[in-house]
Amino acid sequence: MGKRTVIPFGPQHPVLPEPIHLDLVLEDEVVVEAIPRIGYIHRGLEKLVEKKDYQQYTYVAERICGICSFMHGMGYCMAIESIMEVKIPERAEFLRTIWAELSRLHSHLLWLGLLADAFGFESLFMQSWKLREQVLDIFEETTGGRVIFSVCDIGGVRKDISADTLKKIAGIMDSMEKELKEISEVFINDSSVKSRTKGVGVLSKQAAFDLGAVGPMARASGIEMDMRTQGYAAYGKLNFKPVVEKKGDCYARTSVRINEMFQSMDLIKQCIAIIPEGDIKVKVTGNPNGEYFTRVEQPRGEVVYYAKANGSKYLDRLRVRTPTFANVPALLETLKGCALADVPILILTIDPCISCTER
Amino acid sequence: MNFVKKSPWILHYDGSSCNGCDIEVLACLTPLYDVERFGIINTGNPKHADILLITGSVNEQNIPVVKQLYEQMAMPKVVVAVGICATSGGIFAECYNVVGGVDKVLPVDVYVPGCAARPEAIIDGVVKALGILEEKQKFARKKNS
Repeated sequence: MGKRTVIPFGPQHPVLPEPIHLDLVLEDEVVVEAIPRIGYIHRGLEKLVEKKDYQQYTYVAERICGICSFMHGMGYCMAIESIMEVKIPERAEFLRTIWAELSRLHSHLLWLGLLADAFGFESLFMQSWKLREQVLDIFEETTGGRVIFSVCDIGGVRKDISADTLKKIAGIMDSMEKELKEISEVFINDSSVKSRTKGVGVLSKQAAFDLGAVGPMARASGIEMDMRTQGYAAYGKLNFKPVVEKKGDCYARTSVRINEMFQSMDLIKQCIAIIPEGDIKVKVTGNPNGEYFTRVEQPRGEVVYYAKANGSKYLDRLRVRTPTFANVPALLETLKGCALADVPILILTIDPCISCTER
Repeated sequence: MNFVKKSPWILHYDGSSCNGCDIEVLACLTPLYDVERFGIINTGNPKHADILLITGSVNEQNIPVVKQLYEQMAMPKVVVAVGICATSGGIFAECYNVVGGVDKVLPVDVYVPGCAARPEAIIDGVVKALGILEEKQKFARKKNS
């Protein structure tokens, strides 16, 4: 047994834009233990429900995380709508699904870029982010914002997408599919990329289940769990199957996310084909009273919203369980026994969103 | 941008932002905006950096980190607060764990508002910071001579 050394990782680290601190306990080059320390981004958002009323809070919910901003807003709105028994128009549900899938697409592309950056493939990073800009352009054209666009509201959505624009989006999806195929070819088949990801950080199915992993992390280990199959928003009317891999290593997680991107493009096209005409919003009056749980599938996995209202303008309690928080125990498990050089890749492989985790 | 005399290196630190501004800072480096063609590099090493870009507000936990990063940077240095959270706390100003904008702990030279700040705005802020950096350099030279 070699001598144990502790190497601090973060909070400011070149690989990860976000602050997380890990104490890596090493024996020579091998990590034997990782002790996380979080709290650098904690703001206390859940407590803010006491100061912002339930409608204003939609904006705060969207700012829990800037990457899956739309889905946070959607999850919160769904919880309040369920408490108030508001039935939102069908067109709004389809529009929400389109924006949600576009968000997944942009989030996964962002992640692919960061992964490429982590293993030192700079041009691949640039290519992924170049592709991502096309999605942001769609956001900007349809909502006015690039990353945080506050388009989801209690009772529906704020903006409609015209038939022409929808057609254009479908066209962009077709062209993007071709470009994405080129990039994904490198991630899936390139031998040097494979040597960095194959067999690295294996998480067995049992371990993933025991540690409560969610999202692509769980699906890459063979657990078929995707909240979209519950059929919230318009997902019940669409045809799709969760993407599942068996190996549970970094390669499997990359491949799950890549296939999910193709799936998202397909879902967007399906939505555009069958989107009904009609209103996009119903008027919501009164205050919520009651409690509700919503589960939404975000790019990083399942997010759980619990809202408790007391009949006044201000909610009693809001609790958000975010996917990265659920994946941290699984990350610590995969870090054990890996080489120090693989640590950045392993941390990125759960697609960490520290801002969600700490709120 | 033909008046850029110096290619500044940037150190980016995420205070307690929601990631919105962070991904826009990174978007500045990628092909659409591509500030690297002017020699602007996002470095991870505070000793190499000229400009400190901070997104998000500060809290008790990250104040020592922010201060330490600033102190490690070589003179002259400029601080740019990116996004409304870094400017004043923004939507989170009322949160119990938010102390306020970055100017509570560091001398901020340029404020870039916006939620999330757009890449164009961030680049504009960095260009403004360059002017300030040059002035600081002149001042330092005068003092030394």
